[in-house]
Amino acid sequence: MPDLPFLPVLLWSDLLIWLLLFGALLLGWLSARNPLLCAAWQRVGRNRAGIASATLLLAFVVVGLLDSLHYRPRLENGSGPAAGGSVGSAPAYAVEVLSLLDELLAPLRTRHEKTYSEPLATRAHAKEAIEVRTPDGELRQVRDYPRLRHGGAHLGADEARHAADIGERVLHGLALALLAWWAVAAATAAGLARAEGGTPRAAWRRIWHGDSGFAWNALLAALAGLLLPAVPMALLAVDYHVFGTDKVGQDVLYQVLKSVRTALVIGLVTTLVMLPLSIFLGVVAGYFRGWVDDLIQYLYTTLSSIPGVLLIAAAVLMMQVLIDTHPQWFATAAERADLRLLALCFILGLTSWTGLCRLLRGETLKLRELEYIQAAQAFGVTDLRIIARHLLPNLMHIVIIALVMDFSSLVLAEAVLSYVGIGVDPTMISFGTMINNARLELAREPMVWWSLAAAFVFMFTLVLAANLLADAVRDAFDPRLAGSA
Amino acid sequence: MLVYLVRRLLYAVPILLGVNLITFALFFVVNTPDDMARMQLGVKRVTPAAIERWKAERGYDRPLFINLAASGSERFTDTIFFSKSARMFAGDFGRAEDGRDIAREIRTRMGPSLAIALPTFLLGLLVTVSFALLLTFFRASYLDVWGVVLCVALMSISGLFYIIGGQYLVSKLWKLVPISGYGGGLDAWKFVILPVLIGVASGIGSSTRWYRTIFLEEMARDYVRTARAKGLSEVGVLFRHVLRNALIPILTGVVVVIPLLFMGSLLSESFFGIPGLGSYTIDAINAQDFAVVRAMVFIGSLLYIIGLILTDLSYTFVDPRIRFN
Repeated sequence: MPDLPFLPVLLWSDLLIWLLLFGALLLGWLSARNPLLCAAWQRVGRNRAGIASATLLLAFVVVGLLDSLHYRPRLENGSGPAAGGSVGSAPAYAVEVLSLLDELLAPLRTRHEKTYSEPLATRAHAKEAIEVRTPDGELRQVRDYPRLRHGGAHLGADEARHAADIGERVLHGLALALLAWWAVAAATAAGLARAEGGTPRAAWRRIWHGDSGFAWNALLAALAGLLLPAVPMALLAVDYHVFGTDKVGQDVLYQVLKSVRTALVIGLVTTLVMLPLSIFLGVVAGYFRGWVDDLIQYLYTTLSSIPGVLLIAAAVLMMQVLIDTHPQWFATAAERADLRLLALCFILGLTSWTGLCRLLRGETLKLRELEYIQAAQAFGVTDLRIIARHLLPNLMHIVIIALVMDFSSLVLAEAVLSYVGIGVDPTMISFGTMINNARLELAREPMVWWSLAAAFVFMFTLVLAANLLADAVRDAFDPRLAGSA
Repeated sequence: MLVYLVRRLLYAVPILLGVNLITFALFFVVNTPDDMARMQLGVKRVTPAAIERWKAERGYDRPLFINLAASGSERFTDTIFFSKSARMFAGDFGRAEDGRDIAREIRTRMGPSLAIALPTFLLGLLVTVSFALLLTFFRASYLDVWGVVLCVALMSISGLFYIIGGQYLVSKLWKLVPISGYGGGLDAWKFVILPVLIGVASGIGSSTRWYRTIFLEEMARDYVRTARAKGLSEVGVLFRHVLRNALIPILTGVVVVIPLLFMGSLLSESFFGIPGLGSYTIDAINAQDFAVVRAMVFIGSLLYIIGLILTDLSYTFVDPRIRFN
């Protein structure tokens, strides 16, 4: 094995995430070949709210993907306690599993304070006894707000420059963001001018007035809305805690960025579990009817008659027992947390496939009576081929709508489940665990609001964008709505 | 009618049996009683004797389905499945970990649950249907567009934030009502009002949008055009025709949840410290009290099936064309 500076680790959820990315590309390729789906996607492309939210979601997805490349860094002296009793020249790797995002956010991850500190603060949130050297050179104990170890530490003794420094960085960041945005906008206009002819100026006017076939203006607006807060925040985050720190002194910005991956895994991997089950059972029940249909109907009626939360609670409880009584299955804590996250996705998927299955069964029942299917049967085309070639493509729109509609509700469900105590592993950072840890902080004197506020802002943005995109996709794919638009 | 009802009730039996089997499989086959005992007694330092004692105390030391050691009908009755799962059909839920009778606990906790859930349900229905009618009346205007935007924004906020924010504003900042707790008698309104209002607020977004879609679909029908052509005012069309015709899709979603109101709400009950069935379930989940969770799953499914039957019955009341033979 070559001497890598790190040992790549492929967690199960990473694998599924990359598999999902591959699946999305495959779906894109299939859509490009199918003129109906192609037209529907073009309708989505013209929807301004849809494109703007898709741009935001893409930013979240990039964060999530960066957080899905895991590795174990190599220990410097090669004599660490980890990785299979390293002897001699064999490299030793840390037990801690890091991701590429952790590496990028290394300053945020490692700079711990003692406890709570306000956003952008240079001093702690609570007074404590500190030693101060008085002008006559004596050490005296006073109760005051101590300086933070890292937040604003670069200011040194010059703490009065705090506000000016922040202002400078914000202005600097805004200027950079505007510059970057302008570059992207100019490139878009130039590209459009090249593709459709005319001068870049004319192309820019078309973009501005929304005359282009694709909602470029929404994309650029969303990009501006993303860059303008993000770049100043990045500049500030170098030396401050932009969203403050939590009870154990961890940076809140780091936590919300880590939560994004958990939310995406819950929202996306669950559909990956649910889709094959509901498509297979729904189509089979609708196509073959008879006792197969009766059996599948009985199965989903029974499952759906158990209230969702309770079924999830029962399944998660049982999984917890299984994990707790078999600690030997997991090498690292990250692996255990990851497997628990995946199990949660599986449980959510197994409890939520019934709705889509019912829809697909109904649609298949309707489709199989149409002439073209009967013609195919009369020609002696096999059932498998009829399902694959003639039924599935005509069910795709239902699947796509269900996929995007489910995402936001799953992200919201994660928070609730974590509160109830049947969500992700308590050591895994997610919106749910963040809210759960922070919910009693509002009652503190003085109040600690930043953890909740940060979780709220990020979660709200994510779910709102997902909801708007879902609406755009539904409007474009639902044949009943597409006719009227 | 009666024949239909009986048939529906009979149809519910295999489904309940299926629910029973699923929960049984979850609780006893995926994890053996030994695992549960180890879990309850603490993973470390458990002796086999302690596990056996734990199982014997709770009757988990019997075989799962068929008891070969017993004779006669005892072969099937002296098993875990019969004593723990099948007896739920008779309303016998056994005892919780703390030794209390679950059925009795459920009866006493139903009241507080209903005190929150029923007003939330009724008020929520009133508010969301009126709001949706308003948006439909002003459809395709700025009011409608911004109303829908507001709905999407409201439904993008996690239910936890509604509760945390509401508790902070109303109870802590304005000090209007106590933060949490529950009391019987006339003072109960003080404890009930905030959970109800928060429950209504958190449901406004998605329900309003759903009802608005239903109303708009009805608005496109021919009978609406006829009614307008007759010279009926827009308000008249909305209330006399659209609302009544939209009742069927509304009832489909609404009647099902009525029996489930007994179960209460997990979130608001535990945040507001209301001694209802929702907080009972949460406590059971946190304490890993399997008997209680099993009982709640069974009751929940039972109530859901009752809700489905009630939904079918309600159709006959709003639509005279629907008859069951």
